[in-house]
Amino acid sequence: MSGRGPSGAGGATNPSGDRSISSGALLELTDATVRYAGASPGTPPAMESVSLAVRGGECVALVGPNGAGKTTLLRALLGHVPCGSGRALALGRDARSWSRDTLARFVGVVSQREEPAFPLTVREAVEMGRYPHLGAWRAPGSADRAAVERAMRRADVAALGERWVETLSGGEWQRVRIARALAQEPRVLVLDEPTASLDLSHEMQLFELILDLVRHDGLAALIVSHHINVAARFADRLVLLARGRIVADGPSAVVLEPQRLATVFGWPVAVHRLADGSVQIYPERRPVTPESGAAP
Amino acid sequence: MKRPSTPALFVTLAALAVLAAVAGVALGPAGLSPSQLAAALARRGDEVALGIVWSLRLPRVALGFVVGGVLAVAGASLQALVRNPLADPYLLGLSGGAGLGAVLALVSGLISAWVLPAAAFAGALAATLLVYRLALVAGGALDSRVLLLGGVVVGAFAGALVAGILSVSDATQLRTATLWLMGGLGGVGWPGVLVLVVYAVPAMALLVGESRALNLLALGEEPALHLGADVARTKRNTYLAASLLTAASVAAAGIIGFVGLVVPHAIRLLKGHDHRVLLPAAFLLGGAFLVLADALARTVFAPLELPVGVVTAVVGVPFFVVLLRRWTGR
Repeated sequence: MSGRGPSGAGGATNPSGDRSISSGALLELTDATVRYAGASPGTPPAMESVSLAVRGGECVALVGPNGAGKTTLLRALLGHVPCGSGRALALGRDARSWSRDTLARFVGVVSQREEPAFPLTVREAVEMGRYPHLGAWRAPGSADRAAVERAMRRADVAALGERWVETLSGGEWQRVRIARALAQEPRVLVLDEPTASLDLSHEMQLFELILDLVRHDGLAALIVSHHINVAARFADRLVLLARGRIVADGPSAVVLEPQRLATVFGWPVAVHRLADGSVQIYPERRPVTPESGAAP
Repeated sequence: MKRPSTPALFVTLAALAVLAAVAGVALGPAGLSPSQLAAALARRGDEVALGIVWSLRLPRVALGFVVGGVLAVAGASLQALVRNPLADPYLLGLSGGAGLGAVLALVSGLISAWVLPAAAFAGALAATLLVYRLALVAGGALDSRVLLLGGVVVGAFAGALVAGILSVSDATQLRTATLWLMGGLGGVGWPGVLVLVVYAVPAMALLVGESRALNLLALGEEPALHLGADVARTKRNTYLAASLLTAASVAAAGIIGFVGLVVPHAIRLLKGHDHRVLLPAAFLLGGAFLVLADALARTVFAPLELPVGVVTAVVGVPFFVVLLRRWTGR
């Protein structure tokens, strides 16, 4: 049950000999298209001709309107759905060729929703991050315990160890889930709407933590977020997705262009550049009048 | 509440199991004295006492222990699988399906002790597939409440089919099937214990191998996948193993409800939800519980005997109400 990676040079724990890794890309899509089975023939693919690379030490935010294909992109990157054309590489290999537990040693994912069916403590939750290293049978050793302690300290949940997770605040619970992902000792963190239910200070705290992990621990982070302004302040790159295609990819000053945003979101937007160089957006008021209706 | 340490838990459960076994062997309508019992257990003493102890009471205790243990393990693993603390083989329709499979075999004249569990297994799997189909019809995602509702419906459907089959079958078959359906641990003796153990051991091994993955699955399928669990394999193995365990126990002792619900929860409340501890602990407690329930069933209205399922239901239904309140109160 201890998973083995796909056969080939490098092996599961040392993929550094691979070409794509030497170029720095940990997760990579090349001209990838995903079409779900059962979609009616006329409809466009859920994701079309997407090329994207996420490298170590880089924080990338994926933004775009509802239904733009953000979730599909994540699923393709993680090998959960096959690409009809193009390819998805995780650490230089076809994302779908990795066994789930081997991939989980390199990629930690904090998914959008999670509701434990049974009560568990914070420590128990974080210890589950060791599963990809332990498999079904191996007992945790000192390395596993050290990884759990490190992860809990890093995500600032060490003091919560004996708390039941159902008693945690939204921000604490998200930090626990990040600690669990860190216990996997990954090289990439993928976070799907990590701050959707958090208030201002908890949202900022969480992004500061993520950016710190990227800057100081050399992790790559890929964050899906609806909160474009926060993403713009923290991410090295914004990737704007619309109708299954990447519309723009770059620093916020390049991506957040009023005309483009108005087209993608269907709403007029103004922008403002902050002193730190990042660009913030302001949706314009567009009062609904009886004559014009809501649509432009 | 402070949880007991794992060794303390297992020592206590083992002691309880021994106590239950002693009660199971000592109690009964024949009224053997302690000295007669001790002599018979040492394979001495008179023929009658020897026969009662070795051919009636001991196999009955052994069967009760394995059936109870197996049902509790099946329940515990199903709860993690459908992510609902109210799941058990009975409520998910597995027992009903197994019963239907076994009755079909009985009225077809297939009464071999080895064939019966296989027929029950086929019935349990069919019920499982039907429950899954129902849950998928209800909305794509496998909502655990829909699964439970589907299980109850499929269980009732299987019960109706059994009643229909029995009403058109001939008198001898009717008698065999009805006696068997009522459930009980008295009928099968040592051969029945052997059959059950042979069917149960591989299924239990499969579940023990999945217990860490079941811990992850309790978080949800998506988080489990991200943590490296092979979710599809774990679900398939767990359903197969739980169906096999249920089928083997139904074939040996008829349909006994609530063991799979009550026992895992007692352990969950006491010790938590790590399935590596939960599954073996549930086995011990389930075994002890059913042996005690059976001893009670034999003695409360002695010399008349209650079906053991009556005792488990009398204990189980109030427990279910408490669980329901806790679950919906969250």
